[in-house]
Amino acid sequence: MTALLLRDLKLSIRSGGGALIGVLFFMTVVAVIPFGVGPDLNLLSRIGPAIVWIGALLSALLGLDRMFQTDREDGSLDLLLMQEHPLVLTVLIKCLAHWLGNGLPLVIASPLLGLFMNMSEVAIGATMLTLLVGTPALTFIGAVGAAVAVALPRGGLLVSILVLPLAIPVLIFGVSASYAAVEDPAPFMPPFLILVAITMFFAVIGPIGAALALRNTAD
Amino acid sequence: MPESLAITKFSDLANPTRFLGLAARILPWMAGITAILFALGLYLTFSSEGDYQQGMTVRIMYVHVPAAWLSMMCYSVMAVSAIGTLVWRHPLADVSHKTAAPIGAAFTLIALATGSLWGKPMWGTWWVWDARLTSVFVLFLMYLGLIALNRAMDDPGKAARVSAVLILVGFVNIPIIKFSVDWWNTLHQPASVIRVDGPTIDKEFLWPLLIMAIAFTLLFFTLHIAAMRNEIWRRRVSAQRRMAARMAGQTPAKEA
Amino acid sequence: MTHTFYISASYIVAAIVILCLIGWVWLDGRARQRELAELEASGIRRRSARPAPTDGAAL
Repeated sequence: MTALLLRDLKLSIRSGGGALIGVLFFMTVVAVIPFGVGPDLNLLSRIGPAIVWIGALLSALLGLDRMFQTDREDGSLDLLLMQEHPLVLTVLIKCLAHWLGNGLPLVIASPLLGLFMNMSEVAIGATMLTLLVGTPALTFIGAVGAAVAVALPRGGLLVSILVLPLAIPVLIFGVSASYAAVEDPAPFMPPFLILVAITMFFAVIGPIGAALALRNTAD
Repeated sequence: MPESLAITKFSDLANPTRFLGLAARILPWMAGITAILFALGLYLTFSSEGDYQQGMTVRIMYVHVPAAWLSMMCYSVMAVSAIGTLVWRHPLADVSHKTAAPIGAAFTLIALATGSLWGKPMWGTWWVWDARLTSVFVLFLMYLGLIALNRAMDDPGKAARVSAVLILVGFVNIPIIKFSVDWWNTLHQPASVIRVDGPTIDKEFLWPLLIMAIAFTLLFFTLHIAAMRNEIWRRRVSAQRRMAARMAGQTPAKEA
Repeated sequence: MTHTFYISASYIVAAIVILCLIGWVWLDGRARQRELAELEASGIRRRSARPAPTDGAAL
């Protein structure tokens, strides 16, 4: 299992630079926003957390289709299916590796983008914290989409379409927790704890669904 | 043993030929009853008085509410069929949830369009990011995604199983989405919009609404069964074409 | 604009969508039946050779 984790991690960092491209896409999306809404710093700092979150959501979707497809192409997916370990566990490990390779860099890059958006330190910290908690949920829910579309030759776009509606709760609670940290009357903890709960819920549902879908596409 | 009897009846239905026979027998009846109920419901709708507060626009409710109800019921039917596909490998369940998706999307579209048309005179805008409207919109997107997935796959059996997984994951998520949209909406409640809570329903409104709801539900089932029948036929046609092609390939080989 | 406009618009939209749906199901069924009948006519039958296809009778 550790070997699988390390292997996937190495692949995601080395081949094609999936992690790097995700972060670049994230930065580009966020950098494009001021050109759309204008360079008004007050406005930017107000919508900052939301923009950073949406950017992270979009770039998390970017690498999803490669999650199982590379394994399918080189045949290692069949090996994973034939293993004695429960497939759910294997998928969970793959999700973790994918998150470490693609999600964590986004979290690390987010404070820099927060500075671009003229966000206060508290807001930057809160956004980073919610991204840290929320992006695993995106990976888990995306694993289902990736597993569903693994057999399709051009599944990348379809994965995004299928996954985005399911990711709405993560976005809502991530953004509202980030705002709650800045705006006084709203409490920070309730939305944050719900975000944690959603992540843990998806940590169960995602691998189960993905394993089920993988078994059924492999038949 | 009534239980085993019920099970044999249910598994009898798994045979597509028996299903076709049953469908041929009940479809005219269902279509007829649906038409009668629609006639009655529409008559009651237009003979009823308008609501004091909302004026005559309350009549939109008689289309909007049943369509919204169906948009949710259809997804539940799909979820049950998805379980049928994954657990019992029921051959009709595949057909069922595949054909239900476009019908569900159509009714969701009706719910959205009439909701928007109701919102314009009531709220002053075509679209309000109201919790209910928004979650129905998300449901609509999910329907469209499922249709797209079904279209993208060539092998119908595999497409059915894979989309069944997605339907179930979506079904589990619907309460979460509904809850989070409610939360989001109370957080960002726009002050300018006058919220009109649904009128306390009088008996006068209840009857037409009930009849319209039953009529819509029957319409859904009629369409669903007819669409399932079409899908079975479609699969038969392609299977027979394949067989014909194989036979055509064999005969010259023998001659040679 | 009057309320009548909105009411009639919503009923018309609903009617159009439902009629499209019914039309799609109906025409699809007709097309499939025709295909089955053509296959039948060209002598291709299902392996579980039904003596007379009852479901094709409505054509």
